[in-house]
Amino acid sequence: MLKYTLSRLGYMVVTLWVIVTITFFLMHLLPGTQLKNEEKLPPEIREQIIASYGLDKPLMVQYGLFLEKLVQGDLGNSMNLDGRSVTDLILQGFPASALIGIQGVIFGVIIGLALGIIAALRRGTWVDNLSTVIAIAGVSVPSFVAAGLLSFWVGVKWGILPVAGWESWEYSILPSLALSFFVISQMARYVRSEMVEVLDQDYMKTAKAKGLKRSAIVVRHAMRNALIPAITVLGPLTINIITGSVVVEQIFNIPGDGKYFVDSITTNDYTMIMGITIFYAILFIVAIFLVDLLYGVIDPRIRIASAKE
Amino acid sequence: MNKRFKLSSLFALLLVTALALSGCNTFSGTSGGGGKQVLNLVELQEPPNLDSAKSTDTVSATLLNNIMEGLYRVGKDGNPVLGIAAAAPQVSPDKKTYTFKLRDAKWSDGKPVTAHDFEYAWKRALDPKTASEYAYILYPVKNAEAFNMGKAKADDVGVKALDDKTLQVTLEQPIPYFLDLLTFPAYLPQRQDIVEKFGEKYALEAKNMVYDGPFVLTSWVHNQSFSVKKNDNYWDKNTVKLQQVNWQIVKDGGTQINLYNTGKLDFTYLPTEFTAKYKNNKDVFNIKESSSWYLEMNQTEKLFQNPKIREAIGLAIDKKTLTDKVEQNGSIPAGGIVPPSIKASGFDDKKKYREVNQDKVQYDPAKAKQLWQEGLKELGMTQDQVPPIHILGDDTTGAKKDLAYLQDQLQRNLGAKIVIDSVPFKERLERGKHQQFDLLYSGWNADYNDPMTFLDLFTSDNSFNRGKWSNKEFDELIAKSKQNPDFKQRFNDLTKAEQILINDHGIVPLYYRTRLGLKQPKIKDWYWNSIGFEYSLKWTYIEE
Repeated sequence: MLKYTLSRLGYMVVTLWVIVTITFFLMHLLPGTQLKNEEKLPPEIREQIIASYGLDKPLMVQYGLFLEKLVQGDLGNSMNLDGRSVTDLILQGFPASALIGIQGVIFGVIIGLALGIIAALRRGTWVDNLSTVIAIAGVSVPSFVAAGLLSFWVGVKWGILPVAGWESWEYSILPSLALSFFVISQMARYVRSEMVEVLDQDYMKTAKAKGLKRSAIVVRHAMRNALIPAITVLGPLTINIITGSVVVEQIFNIPGDGKYFVDSITTNDYTMIMGITIFYAILFIVAIFLVDLLYGVIDPRIRIASAKE
Repeated sequence: MNKRFKLSSLFALLLVTALALSGCNTFSGTSGGGGKQVLNLVELQEPPNLDSAKSTDTVSATLLNNIMEGLYRVGKDGNPVLGIAAAAPQVSPDKKTYTFKLRDAKWSDGKPVTAHDFEYAWKRALDPKTASEYAYILYPVKNAEAFNMGKAKADDVGVKALDDKTLQVTLEQPIPYFLDLLTFPAYLPQRQDIVEKFGEKYALEAKNMVYDGPFVLTSWVHNQSFSVKKNDNYWDKNTVKLQQVNWQIVKDGGTQINLYNTGKLDFTYLPTEFTAKYKNNKDVFNIKESSSWYLEMNQTEKLFQNPKIREAIGLAIDKKTLTDKVEQNGSIPAGGIVPPSIKASGFDDKKKYREVNQDKVQYDPAKAKQLWQEGLKELGMTQDQVPPIHILGDDTTGAKKDLAYLQDQLQRNLGAKIVIDSVPFKERLERGKHQQFDLLYSGWNADYNDPMTFLDLFTSDNSFNRGKWSNKEFDELIAKSKQNPDFKQRFNDLTKAEQILINDHGIVPLYYRTRLGLKQPKIKDWYWNSIGFEYSLKWTYIEE
């Protein structure tokens, strides 16, 4: 197990290096510069400022310097918000993004799980159809539509919850709900199809024959198996959601990290592009690793297979 | 341990994290706040930097205008009024040397504002080490450009504190708009001790700077909100009525409208998507800009070297329909390049340039068609031989609509085939610079309050003259006006230059841009400005 973990860690570092390198060189292909007043700037001053960012050096030198700093954990200062450290900016925004993300996942998992299980148990009835409709709606309605509708109806028309902002916990409810739609539909879909398959297995008949209660069969035997694919998607999905959704954060005006994904690119903020990419990549790689470990917990067959290696 | 327990504990972990996050200092709102003289406004983005030497954007400039004060500030009617300067300056006969006497004003920490603060700030902005993107606004000052380019010393720059209360400024050339320039951020004073104390972090937090304007910055929650309160050390504090002003940073147009409609904001910009819906709302008001939009025609191409072809393109476009039906944001159809907000400097400072020189918006599809045919004939071309004409513009929703309209007009009225190239802003600049277009849909915002800021764009060697239109007489008039101490003559020369540009069809004027906003009717004396910063809150109050 230790050997397995160590080799996985090695792969993780290599993966990160590949991501960083590709992003670094692609980013330099972006048209334009960091200058905010580019259009009107005299060429001499333009060069002066570009040099002050160290961007006048050959690309490979810049790459080398960047890696050197990265190893020391220094992501540098933002080129767009002058003088502010990229690490600080990302860490300042992260709690807000993470909170609505985690709440979104929690809402989503609870509701999605319930929907999926009920649909599988009541296969072919109206309950099943309703759950399918919800799942399809969840996948096909983009979160910005859901966010816009929630903000307008619940916030403006009914005045139940705040329209937008970030002042207390109430402000996090609507954005979390908006984010949860996708989770609900993903969970419901996976759980339903797995449950249907599992319920047809021979060991379910055995369990029934043993005289176990229906609830016990569903929870202890069917659900655990049905959760495997759900967990596979849940890891990356969680990371995806907690690192900040650009549109949901924008619509509810949440000071999270989502905006940096878009803003850093439109302003050619190289340090922020790299910072946010690295942050996201690390979370993602770690999440996938954790999911792999979790398989073992849920499915003994996987644990045995890796033990044999 | 039971396996099921492990799973649920994972879930519990998520829950606990969520609770912990909501429990700790994640939330940090400053919005709202009751009280009578409290205003809740909106900004579309975080002020990137409040260092007046470095700031380039409108958000910072607007905030700086309200928390800082230079020798002059923009008054109610848009003309400069006395700020830290105690009286109008003594001006030398060649109009190149200005001597200012300072009033007894204090910084927010109680120390006096001195002439040295000005000298220090201007030289700092020009210092190549500061790498300021907006330093060129100081170039009218003698040797400013040379110092900024590293070709002169700081001591050579024409700004000098003769004593604590006297500042002497020497200019490169006489200009009629120098007092207007003094209202710009780069001309604000800075305290050397404070700048040096905070170094790189100067003006990045509310506590990392001092203020000499009507308000002081009290909170700045990055990417979320900022607030100011009345400055008790301000020399003219009796004029200031607002106690507190809060800004929320809101990027999304729909969210701004929702916040306005639920009373969280007293003001919001009206996003393009909402203009039709709110057109007749009583809270709507016009936000003037000094922004001129036009078509440039690529005159490195034979087709556009023909004046008849150029005139035909101008006459084929109905500008009134473009502003009233397509844009619907209050923009004004244009017949010239200088927008209505620019003053008639040198002629009569109380008047606007466009009041003196009225422009004629032209549209005549029949004549356009005829000129087009004649032009083609002169070029020895038939309609079929005209290659598809590429019109280059931005890829924003608004620009795309405009481009589609321009395409339709030109195809309908000239019978030419028009192709739209809609690209991101930076790509548009890049292609424009290298003449990779046939027609270029471009715009220009004033740098200072004088017709020159628009007219000198079109001299033969100006890099912003992307169509490469060239006229010797025009070039001479501009060159002469740049150093003419006779401001009345200068005004007449500039008027003539604009006429040449329009009559020779150097560009096709389209419109002078304005925007719309929504504001609560209870807000009074809120003065908007169209160059550099957006508004002054010094005189603003809430009617009770």
